[in-house]
Amino acid sequence: MNRYTYSKTTFSGLLLALLLAVAGPARAQTDLLADLERQTADSTKREVVAATFKGTHIINAQSVETPGKGTLAFLIQHRFGTLNSGAYEFFGLDQAVLRLSFEYGLTSRLAVGVGRSSIDKTFDGFVKYRALQQTTGARPMPVSVTLFASSAITTVKFNQPATERNTASRLDFAYQVLIARKVSPGLSVQFMPTLIHRNYTPLAGMQNDVYALGAGLRQKLSKRIALTADYFYLLPGYAARNYYNALGVGFDIETGGHVFQLHFTNAKGMTEKFFVPQTDGNFFNGDIYFGFTVARNFTVKSQLR
Amino acid sequence: MKRLLFLLFALWLVTGLPHARAQGKYLTKAGQVSFFSATPIEDIEARNKQVAAVLDFGTGQLAFTLPVKGFVFKRTLMQEHFNENYLESDKFPRATFKGRFVGFEAATLATAGAHPVQVEGDLTLHGVTRHIQLPASLELKDGRLQAFAAFTVASADYNIDVPLLVRNNIAKTVSVRVSLACDPVAGAVGTTSRPAN
Repeated sequence: MNRYTYSKTTFSGLLLALLLAVAGPARAQTDLLADLERQTADSTKREVVAATFKGTHIINAQSVETPGKGTLAFLIQHRFGTLNSGAYEFFGLDQAVLRLSFEYGLTSRLAVGVGRSSIDKTFDGFVKYRALQQTTGARPMPVSVTLFASSAITTVKFNQPATERNTASRLDFAYQVLIARKVSPGLSVQFMPTLIHRNYTPLAGMQNDVYALGAGLRQKLSKRIALTADYFYLLPGYAARNYYNALGVGFDIETGGHVFQLHFTNAKGMTEKFFVPQTDGNFFNGDIYFGFTVARNFTVKSQLR
Repeated sequence: MKRLLFLLFALWLVTGLPHARAQGKYLTKAGQVSFFSATPIEDIEARNKQVAAVLDFGTGQLAFTLPVKGFVFKRTLMQEHFNENYLESDKFPRATFKGRFVGFEAATLATAGAHPVQVEGDLTLHGVTRHIQLPASLELKDGRLQAFAAFTVASADYNIDVPLLVRNNIAKTVSVRVSLACDPVAGAVGTTSRPAN
C-alpha cells in the first residue's frame, strides 16, 4: 500500500471544509425570523395614517375624518347660553341651542349626512369625500385632504310675504377643503379654506359669498383625552367688519363607543352657515358659550367577512 | 490520484450535506391569525390575513411575523382603538413568534392525516417577549402543509392596558387561532418544483 504524505495545509484545509459543512445549518437556525422579516418587508408598501382626529368634528369645524365604512355616527351638539348672562340665567345654562345629526360612511372615503339645528329651524345635508389620505412608507403623502359640501335650509316661518322670502332665499351653501396632517401620534393640525354662499342677505351690502380661512388642532394629553381648538378667520368684507371670527377651545374625552367633546366658543350656531359668517360673540368679553358634543358610532355593516 | 478523490469526496460532503438534511421548508405569506374575546357584555373578534410564516423541518424551527395593523374588526372604531390605544401599533408594528417543534420527527409528515405536535418558543407582542408552549396540528395535504394552533393570551402579560371603563367588555384571556396553508420552498424533499409565494 502506498503511503502519501499530506502537507499540513491540505489537511487543515480539508478539516476547515468539513467544519464549515457542519457549521452551515447551525448558523441558519438563528436567522430564520430575520430571513422571514426580510422576505416580507415590502419597500413599495404605503401605509395610510389613521385617526388624525378622534371624531368627525374638531369643535365647530368639520375634521378630515369620516365615520368609516358601514358606520353610522349620531351626533348631539348642545350649546348653552353665554357665560356672561349672569346668575339669573345661571350663567347661560338656562338657554340652549341644539343640533342633531346622522352621518353615514358609504365607503371608507365617502360619507353623507343630515342634521337639524334649532337656530332658525335649519335642516342641513352634506357630503364629505376623502380625496387624499396621508400615508407613510414609499412615496409618502404628507397631508390628508377631504372635500366637504353642504346645503342648509331654514324652515322658520317668516312674517314677510312669500315674494320676498321664497324657498330659494332660505338656502345657504358651504364648501370647504379640509387639509390636515398628523404631525406626530399626539398632534394633528388642520387648515380649511371655506366658502359660504348665502342666497339671501337682508341688506344689499352684506356679502352673499363669505370667504374664510379656518385652522384647527388636536393635541393628545393622554391616551383618551385631547385638547382641541379651531378658529375661522374671515377674509376682509362686510362680514369681517361686523362680525367676529369664530374661536373654540375644548377637550375630547373618548370612552368605548362614544367621544365626548366639551368646549367653549364664541359662536352660537353649529352649522357652517351660522358660525362662519354670523358669529356675534366677543370671546374676550365673556360672550363664551359652553357646549358639548356627544358622538356615538353604530356599526350598520360589519367589516369582518 | 487518491488525494484528488479524497478532495472531491470532501467537496461533495460540503455541498451535499445541507440537502440531505433538509426534510422540508414551508412558507406562506397569507396565513391567518384570529382572536376572540367573549364577555357577557360584548364579543370581540378580529382576523389578520397577512401572516408570514416559515416552518423548517430540517432544523425543527419555525418563525411567524404579522403586521398588527392587519387585524380587521367588525367595527371600524374598534379597529382604531385597538391600534391607537391598546396595541399602540405605531410603536410596535409587528408581532412575532420564534420557536421550535418539541420532539417531532419530520418523517411522520409523510403519513396521511393530522399530526399533533408541541411547539414552544418566544412570542413578542406589544414590545414584550414571553416564552410560551402550545399544541399544534400539522397535515401534509396535496403538497401543502396545513398547520393549525389554538392558544390563549392574557392581555396583562403583554402590558396591554385596559381602562377601568371598558374592563368588563374585554376578556382577561383572549383565545387565539392560527391557521396556515404553507407551500414548500424549492429544494425540499419530495416536492415538485413550485415557486414559493
